[in-house]
Amino acid sequence: MLGVLLRRLASALPVLAIVSLITFGMIHLIPGDPAAAIAGMSATPEQIANVRRDLGLDQPILGQLWRWYGDLARGDLGRSLLLGVPVLDATLQRLPVTLALSAYALVLTLLLGLGSGIVAALKQNTWVDQAAMVLAMIGISLPNFYLGLLMIILFAVDLRWLPTGGYLPLWRDPLGWLATSTMPAISLALLLAGLLARITRSTMLEVLRQDYIRTAHAKGLPRRQVVLKHALANALIPITTVVGIIITLLISGAVVTETLFSIPGIGQLLTQAVLNRDYPMVQGGLLLTTALLVLINIGIDVGYALLDPRIRHDG
Amino acid sequence: MDESFGDDARSDRRAHPLWTTIRRLLRHRLFLSGLILFAIIALAAILAPWIAPVDPNKLAMRYKFQPPGKDFLFGTDNFGRSLWSRVIWGARLSMLIGSSVVLINAVFGTLIGAAAGYFRWLDNGLMRVNDALMAFPAVLLAIAVTAVLGPSIGDVIIALGLVYTPRTARIVRGSVIVLREMEYVQAAIAAGAGHFRILHRHILPNAMAPLIVQLSFLFAVAVLTEATLSFLGVGAVPPTPTWGNIMAEGRQYISDAPWIIAIPGAALMITVLGLNLLGDGLRDVLDPRLRVQP
Repeated sequence: MLGVLLRRLASALPVLAIVSLITFGMIHLIPGDPAAAIAGMSATPEQIANVRRDLGLDQPILGQLWRWYGDLARGDLGRSLLLGVPVLDATLQRLPVTLALSAYALVLTLLLGLGSGIVAALKQNTWVDQAAMVLAMIGISLPNFYLGLLMIILFAVDLRWLPTGGYLPLWRDPLGWLATSTMPAISLALLLAGLLARITRSTMLEVLRQDYIRTAHAKGLPRRQVVLKHALANALIPITTVVGIIITLLISGAVVTETLFSIPGIGQLLTQAVLNRDYPMVQGGLLLTTALLVLINIGIDVGYALLDPRIRHDG
Repeated sequence: MDESFGDDARSDRRAHPLWTTIRRLLRHRLFLSGLILFAIIALAAILAPWIAPVDPNKLAMRYKFQPPGKDFLFGTDNFGRSLWSRVIWGARLSMLIGSSVVLINAVFGTLIGAAAGYFRWLDNGLMRVNDALMAFPAVLLAIAVTAVLGPSIGDVIIALGLVYTPRTARIVRGSVIVLREMEYVQAAIAAGAGHFRILHRHILPNAMAPLIVQLSFLFAVAVLTEATLSFLGVGAVPPTPTWGNIMAEGRQYISDAPWIIAIPGAALMITVLGLNLLGDGLRDVLDPRLRVQP
């Protein structure tokens, strides 16, 4: 177990090193003079010179790189030009909002995706199966911000059941949080539930064809027990790896969902940063989010090894 | 011997693999429905100057907020611009961006993937950079890159190419690694064929099926991500009639003129659905290993 963890951490290190190098290099891809672009159109030459000095853009590139990694090692990601606070603080402050929304969406995804995938596999080639797969296909093809807008038109504008947007913190007003987070979570979850349903269905079908399932049936075990204990338990193993992809897609999707529903999470923070040319915030936020996802995926791999003894004993 | 075999195959059309594949594709119901949906959007894009001759940016304030109907098929927006024209010309931009990103992926994804899969000494370095680019959440990276490069259609294409090419390269690399160990490739190496000839004649043609499947899904993802960027206001600048831009502008009028959002959104969904069905069909026919046995 420890072996899996250490091996994954070791392979994540070079990835993270390159991720941070790409994030560092990003600012130098700005066409023309980065300092002038950051300072804005109406900036005076002095302001441009100030930006250049503050961001260290007047240093030689290797010096800048040295400083970037030195700052990273000390947990210093720079200061947001727009908010005037350290990038790390701004990100950590918004992180719980995005995590709470993603967790809600993940629960919906798992319920909908696993449920419909299992039912479709058990009722293979019936209308239930076909309906589930048509719905999954529509879910996959429905852009999340379009779904969000359609829900706003229906549930907020026409029926007035839910607010069009805004946010109430979970720990202060759980019911308010539920009211403001339900539409965003559904708009995030439907696509992923569609993906998960298709994968669950095909994995279940594969497992249900195995000899040990036939043996279990032949032994006279109740169908329910065969499905849950023999089939699902084994089908879940490959499905676990998909959860890592789902979480990455959730965070990616949260960018647009948070902006659409005015939820003050990381996605909204970064969109604002991009629109306001707040490059330190863009770089730092991107780096932190990516590092977090890398860590989450390591956690999932370790969980996968816990579930599947073949992997656990392999190395 | 090689050539006479080729002639034989061509003289009997029914036996030609390409012909068989096309026939199997056209018999695949999902592929066919996907093809029809995609063809509707693609035709609208190609025929835009003829079917939507009104300038998509032409302002006509006295016709603003006309609902869809006889005079304005798709209605008008807050500036009285014809949504029919804007959505059709938007299709043109979506198709342009989608096909450009697919082209970038086909060229660079194949080059990088083949190099990494075939030359072991290149694999580690190329794939570490690849993994790093894939570790970023796709939409976030696309936003950050467009923020850096600029908000033009060309910059969006470059950003999407950068974000998605590593994913394509990984798929090509996977196929190449498997094919490299095949006996017929080993035989070609033993016969003294050069690297280029082996890759070009023996490996890449057999790595095409998964690549084509990937590219059809990628087309959908590229169109979708571009719409997302425009919707967030970091894509092509307004008044460029991209579907995302039209929807973003319609947000303010969501309660009075919901069609401004609903129609371009539906066009986006039809495109993505069509391409997804197309991709599923291609995968079933071209890559039978991935098919779920009924």
